[in-house]
Amino acid sequence: MEKVICLGIEATAEKLGIGILDSEGNILANRTKHQPLKGGIHPREAAQHHAENLRPLLDLALQDAGLAMGDIELIAFSRGPGMGPCLRVAAVAARTLSLKHGIPLVGVNHCIGHIEIGRLKTEAKDPLTLYVSGGNTQVIAFEGGRYRVFGETLDIAIGNCIDQFARNLDLGAPGGPVVERLARKGSYVPLPYTVKGMDLSFSGLLTAATGAARTEGNRIEDVCFSLQETAFAMITEVTERALAHTEKEEVLMAGGVAVNSRLQEMVRTMARERGAGFFVPPGDVLGDNGAMIAWTGILMHRSGITHRLEETRVEQRYRTDQVEVTWR
Amino acid sequence: MRLIGRGAEANLYLEGEEVVKERIPKNYRVPELDRMLRTTRTRREARLLSAARRAGVPTPVVYDVDNPGTTLRMAHVPGPQVKKEIDSMGSKERKNLFRRIGELAGRLHRAHIIHGDLTTSNMIHSGKRIFFIDFGLGEISEAVEAKGTDLLVFKKSLRSTHHEHEDECLEAFMEGYREAYPGAGPVLERLAEIEKRGRYFVR
Ligand SMILES: Nc1ncnc2c1ncn2[C@@H]1O[C@H](COP(=O)(O)OP(=O)(O)OP(=O)(O)O)[C@@H](O)[C@H]1O
Ligand SMILES: [Mg+2]
Repeated sequence: MEKVICLGIEATAEKLGIGILDSEGNILANRTKHQPLKGGIHPREAAQHHAENLRPLLDLALQDAGLAMGDIELIAFSRGPGMGPCLRVAAVAARTLSLKHGIPLVGVNHCIGHIEIGRLKTEAKDPLTLYVSGGNTQVIAFEGGRYRVFGETLDIAIGNCIDQFARNLDLGAPGGPVVERLARKGSYVPLPYTVKGMDLSFSGLLTAATGAARTEGNRIEDVCFSLQETAFAMITEVTERALAHTEKEEVLMAGGVAVNSRLQEMVRTMARERGAGFFVPPGDVLGDNGAMIAWTGILMHRSGITHRLEETRVEQRYRTDQVEVTWR
Repeated sequence: MRLIGRGAEANLYLEGEEVVKERIPKNYRVPELDRMLRTTRTRREARLLSAARRAGVPTPVVYDVDNPGTTLRMAHVPGPQVKKEIDSMGSKERKNLFRRIGELAGRLHRAHIIHGDLTTSNMIHSGKRIFFIDFGLGEISEAVEAKGTDLLVFKKSLRSTHHEHEDECLEAFMEGYREAYPGAGPVLERLAEIEKRGRYFVR
């Protein structure tokens, strides 16, 4: 098969990513840059940040790969889901580069990007994917030609829940690592546990945890510990339900929250006890990144997909099961 | 005692005419949480199985909950899981089945019983009747939100598991649900609203 070099542009939330891959799956460059986090994410400010940093980051990535724009044979970008203003930055850049250099273009579903890079960088073949990040919480499996969502959050994402908790209590940003560190010195206090079928809900937990942490006499370490234990047990439970339901034999973790060592431990324990394989990709491709977009672009292109300019509209609510998977 | 099933949270054994459902400890979660979940769900399941039967929904008769409250004994219901039948059915038969499932769900909600895990794997087709099982995630609630969410779980399970027949099954289900439950209107409105709520990137 002819070798193709693909540039991937990722900008769905606060992170901007540029990745360059060849069609054998070698990552030639994978640069990310994000807006310094203070409060929550402001879509417009994040978009501004991405617009200002895209060109310099692209130059750095090309430098890492030892390539020039003329060597790029395919451009892939995140079409969604994500924040409109951020998505548009990536889409406009991708279209402009495509036109200027005459390079074919593919729009990629961000969530599918996480799955495909995980399949590339681990031994997982046909996994159930647990995708946990700031903006998404989904349990996904390949079934009948699509990536189908078996379980997901009914309100906020797990990353958002922890970050918002940390913000409510001025623990510092980003909340994930701070809460994880405090939790090491905590013990269990009951908090609401909400699983509905294979779906889950975090908003009640966020409210209760915030209240508990503000209550005189409660230790913040204990609340952090219990927030993690409760939220992650919910996530592990729905993952196990989906495993039993789909009869898949592998679990793949993806997304920024998947770096949490307690969550990894819990899902690993569950998988071991069910006799399922357990896989976590390396840290540089776990969170949002350009490499996953480039790789998914290569897979799509290889199966005959390229998008005309008018097919590259961004989709803020681009669903995982909306995409017909032609490359598997 | 013969193992007849390993669900996500329980082992199921057949002992004579009885099914023993044992919620097993999970090592991934802290012991306090583990015990709380197993006992509350087992007791709740026993209570709701009986409540559902009184509401006109076939369920296995409950014999006993053991003392720590993690094991449930109930009548064995012979027959296939509804999930396993669907693909081999003709369209007309399938619509009929889902209409009846909708009716049963409507009866539950009319009695303010939330199932909590409405999927075709938690229904057994036994003779002419459809039995509902696995009420461990359920509750008693009059809230429109709880009923709407219950329906959402069912709808999404159709989308992921029976995607070839999703629309047809859902339509038949809703027909039966509306017919059995006079309060269906506001619940269906809420369902649409819950679905619309942004799930992605709400921060
Ligand atoms: N009373 C019964 N009679 C016959 N079979 C039963 C009975 N109860 C359960 N089963 C069988 O065992 C399976 C698992 O039961 P159940 O759904 O209650 O367990 P579970 O562990 O809660 O399931 P999961 O968590 O995977 O949904 C059922 O799908 C059904 O096939
Ligand atoms: Mg079940």
